[in-house]
Amino acid sequence: MIDRREFLAVLATAVAALGTREAIAGSPHAQRDVLPVADLGSLQKAYTFFNPTEAEFIEAAIARLIPNDDLGQGALEADVSYFIDRLMTSEYGSGARFYNQGPFGDTTRYQGYQLPLTPPEVYRAGIAATNRYCEEKHGKRFAQLDAGAQDEVLNALQSIGLEKVPGATFFGQLLSDTKDGFFSDPVYGGNRDMIGWKLVGFPGVAANYATTIGKNEPYDVAPVDLGALRARVPVDEHGHPIHQNAAAGVIRPTTAPVPSPSDRQTADAAHTKTTFFV
Amino acid sequence: MATRLKPVDVVTVGVGWAGSILGKELAQAGLKVVGLERGDNRTQADFALPQTHDQYKYDRQLELFEQTSRSTLTFRNDYREVARPMRRHGPFPWGQGVGGAGFHWAGWTWRHHPWDFKTKKMTTERYGANAIPADATIQDWPMTYEELEPSYDKFEYTCGISGTAGNIQGTIRPGGNPFEGARTRDFPNPPLTRSYVETLFTKAATDLGYHPFPVPAAQMSRPYTNPDGITMGACLYCGYCMNYPCEVAAKATPQTAVLPAAFKTGNYELRSHAAVQRINVSGNRATSVTYVDAHGREFEQPADIILLTAFTWSNTHLLLLSGLGKPYDPATGTGVVGKNYAWHAGLPYVPMQFDKEVITNPFMGAGALCTSIADLQGDNFDHAGLGFVGGAIIQILAMGWGPLTFQPTPPGTPTWGSAWKKSVAYYYNRSAQIVGLHDHLSYRGNYLSLDPTYRDYWGNPLLRLTYDFGPNERKLSQYLTGIGEKVARAMGASHYGSYGLGEHFDAGVPYGIIHQVGGAMTGSDPTKSVVNRYLQSWDAHNVFVVGASAFPQISSFNPTGTVGALAYWTAGAIKDRYLRKPGPLV
Repeated sequence: MIDRREFLAVLATAVAALGTREAIAGSPHAQRDVLPVADLGSLQKAYTFFNPTEAEFIEAAIARLIPNDDLGQGALEADVSYFIDRLMTSEYGSGARFYNQGPFGDTTRYQGYQLPLTPPEVYRAGIAATNRYCEEKHGKRFAQLDAGAQDEVLNALQSIGLEKVPGATFFGQLLSDTKDGFFSDPVYGGNRDMIGWKLVGFPGVAANYATTIGKNEPYDVAPVDLGALRARVPVDEHGHPIHQNAAAGVIRPTTAPVPSPSDRQTADAAHTKTTFFV
Repeated sequence: MATRLKPVDVVTVGVGWAGSILGKELAQAGLKVVGLERGDNRTQADFALPQTHDQYKYDRQLELFEQTSRSTLTFRNDYREVARPMRRHGPFPWGQGVGGAGFHWAGWTWRHHPWDFKTKKMTTERYGANAIPADATIQDWPMTYEELEPSYDKFEYTCGISGTAGNIQGTIRPGGNPFEGARTRDFPNPPLTRSYVETLFTKAATDLGYHPFPVPAAQMSRPYTNPDGITMGACLYCGYCMNYPCEVAAKATPQTAVLPAAFKTGNYELRSHAAVQRINVSGNRATSVTYVDAHGREFEQPADIILLTAFTWSNTHLLLLSGLGKPYDPATGTGVVGKNYAWHAGLPYVPMQFDKEVITNPFMGAGALCTSIADLQGDNFDHAGLGFVGGAIIQILAMGWGPLTFQPTPPGTPTWGSAWKKSVAYYYNRSAQIVGLHDHLSYRGNYLSLDPTYRDYWGNPLLRLTYDFGPNERKLSQYLTGIGEKVARAMGASHYGSYGLGEHFDAGVPYGIIHQVGGAMTGSDPTKSVVNRYLQSWDAHNVFVVGASAFPQISSFNPTGTVGALAYWTAGAIKDRYLRKPGPLV
C-alpha cells in the first residue's frame, strides 16, 4: 500500500523530525524513551501533520481511550498516534472525498454532518480548544494532567461546545480514528504487532474457513497481516494463509466482564436489555 | 461542443446488474451495444490477495463506493425545510463503477412474494381501504409474480444462487421458505454450509413456531458454470464479502456472472468513466445521450434504443435533468417522475452477547450467509388490530465482520477506556446480530426532485431527497423489535440491545442499508407511473428505465433479485416484441 514516493516522503520527514526532537529537548515529549531502531521496521516513526503540541495531546488522549492495562498494551503502544497523523494527509482522512461545497446554512438536527471543517481542521481546532479548556480549568495542558483528570476532560468533551467545533464532534472523530488505528491492518501505521487483533482474537487475512464455519469452537490462531502474507507465512493454492496456532502469552479475558444478572427474579430479567430508537 | 459518435443499436446508461444483463441479452441477439459507466472498471485481476483482505480499505475508506465529492444527494425530512447535502456517507454509502451495487452487494437474492405485487388490492380486500394510511401512494404492480417467475429463474441460474427451495410448483418443501411463490425448479446450487449462530437461531425460531430457512445466496456453495458458460468458484467463507470483491470469484456480480458473456459476442463495448449528462429527446423518441469522459470531453452517442440502467437515484436524476416525463409535485399530487420513493429500512436491529458456551467466530462468513424467517412477512400473519400494513423478514447474520466495524459490547458498556477494552476483548467472539428488513409504504411527501442550490462534480443540480418514515413504519418497527427480542431470548442471549426506527429519518445515523426504490415506478396508468409494465417510458417509446427505480414501493425483500428479474423481463419484451415493431408496447 505504501508506494516508493510515499515511503521516501515519510523517510525524509522522519529524518527532519529527528533533528527537531533534539531541538525541543526539555519538553515533555523529548523525555519519553526513544524506541530502539530495531523496532521501527523500514519506516521511521514521525509526525508529518501534527505539531509537537498536537502530537503530545494525541498521544495522551489515545492512551486514555484505549489504555495500557492488565489486558496488555493500548492505542499508544500500538502506534495509533502515527496512524492518525498519516490519516490527516491521506485522501480519505483529509476529507478530500467528501462533498464540501457551500452554502453552509442553518440545518435541522436530522441532516447529518454540516460543518465546513475537514477532519484535519476538526483536530486542529479541537486540540487547541481542549488545551485552552484544560488551562482555564486546571492551569495545565491536557497532556500534563493526571489520568483521572484527563478522563474527566474526555467525558466533558462529549457535552461541551468548543470554539469552532462542538466537543462531541471532535471527541467522536478522535475516538473513531483511535479505534480504527487499533484494528486496521498494520500497513496503515497503527495496530503495531497486531496488538488490537490479538486482543480480540481476529486472524487478519482469512484462510479457507469452509470446514470450520459451522463449529462452536475457538479459532485461536496467530493473526496474519498483509505484509506477513507477502513474505512470512505458508499459503494454500488460492494464496490464502495457512493459519498457525496462536503464540502463548496472549492475554484475553476468560470471564464475562459484567456480572451475570443471577440475582434477577423473572425469566425476562435474566437478560440485560436496552431498547433504543435511532 | 460534443463530438458526435457513430450510431449504435443500444446504449445502456450504467453497467450494474440491469445494464450488464440487458447488454448481454441484446448483444447475444445480434445488436451492437455500448455500455456507458460513470465510474471506473475493475476486473478480476484487481482482486487478487492480499489486497482484498483489507478492512480499512473496503469497510472504512469504502473503496467500492461513490465519493460524495463527486455526487451526492441533498436531504430534508419535509418539503418545507431547506435540503442540505449528504456531505459524508451518513445513512448509507452507494456504489460506483462497473458492477454498481451488484459489485459491493452482500448477495441476498430474494424473489418478492406474490402478495408484494398486489399489496394494495390484497390489503383492501382483507382489512378494508382504511387500513392503508390516507397519504400513502402505494400502487400495485402491473405484472404478477407468476408472470415474472421465468425471469427470476433466469437471474438465479445466471448467478448460481445457493438455497433451499420452499415451494416447487406448489409443493412445499422442508427447510425452505414455505411462504414463497411457486418456483418452476430448485435453486441451481444447494445452500451454503450454515454457521453456528444460524444453528442457534434455527433451533430458537423453530421452538417459537416459526419456519427458518437459508437466505438465497449469490455465493457459490460449490463451483458452478452458468448457462452462458461462465464458471464461478466455491465460497471459502472468508468473511471479506459485502463491500469487497472476491478473489476466488465465488460471489455473483456483473463482472463474474454476466459481462464475460457479453464480451464474447463481439457486439458489446464497455466505456467506463463515461458520465451521461442528458438524454436527448425529439418528439416521442430519444435520439442520443450526451456524456463526459474522464478528461472532460463531451460526446454525443446516438442509439436506436436507450436503456436507463443506473442506480435508482441516477435513473430519476437523468429523467429530471433531461425533461423526460412530468416531474412530481407533492403540493398538487400531479406529475410522476420522482414520486413513490421509498427506503428499505433495516430495522429492527437486535445485537446480542453470550456470556458462555457460545463462540461465534464473527470473522468467518459470507455476505448472504444468513438464516431468515418469513412468518411475519407481508400478510403472512393476521394484522387485525395491529394498526399497520406489511411485515418483515427477520434473520440472523453471519456475513463476516472484522473488528474495525464490529465491536460488540452489552448495552450500558462505556464506549472507551479499560471497561470498553475488556468488554470488546471478551465479546467480539461471543456476539450475534438479528436484523429485520421491512415493508415501507410510499407517501405523498416522500419524493426525489432537483435541488435548487447544490451542484455535483459535473455542474448538474444534485438530486434532492425529501423523505421521512410514516406512522405505518414506526408502528411496524415497534412490533418487530419485540419479535427480535423474543428470538434473542430464545437463543439464550445473556445481553441484547434492541433498535427500532425513531421519530424521524436521520441522515447522520449510519443505518447501513442502501436499498432505494421508486422515482420511475411502473404502473398501468400514465398519470400514475413513469414506465409501463415492460419498464418502457410512457413519453419516449425507445427509452426503458430498468432497476429498483421501477418499484412502486419497497417490500420486505432486498431488491436485487427483482432487479435482475426485471432486466430479463425487459430484455425479453425488447427482443420478442419491440424489435419487430418499435413503438409503445402498451
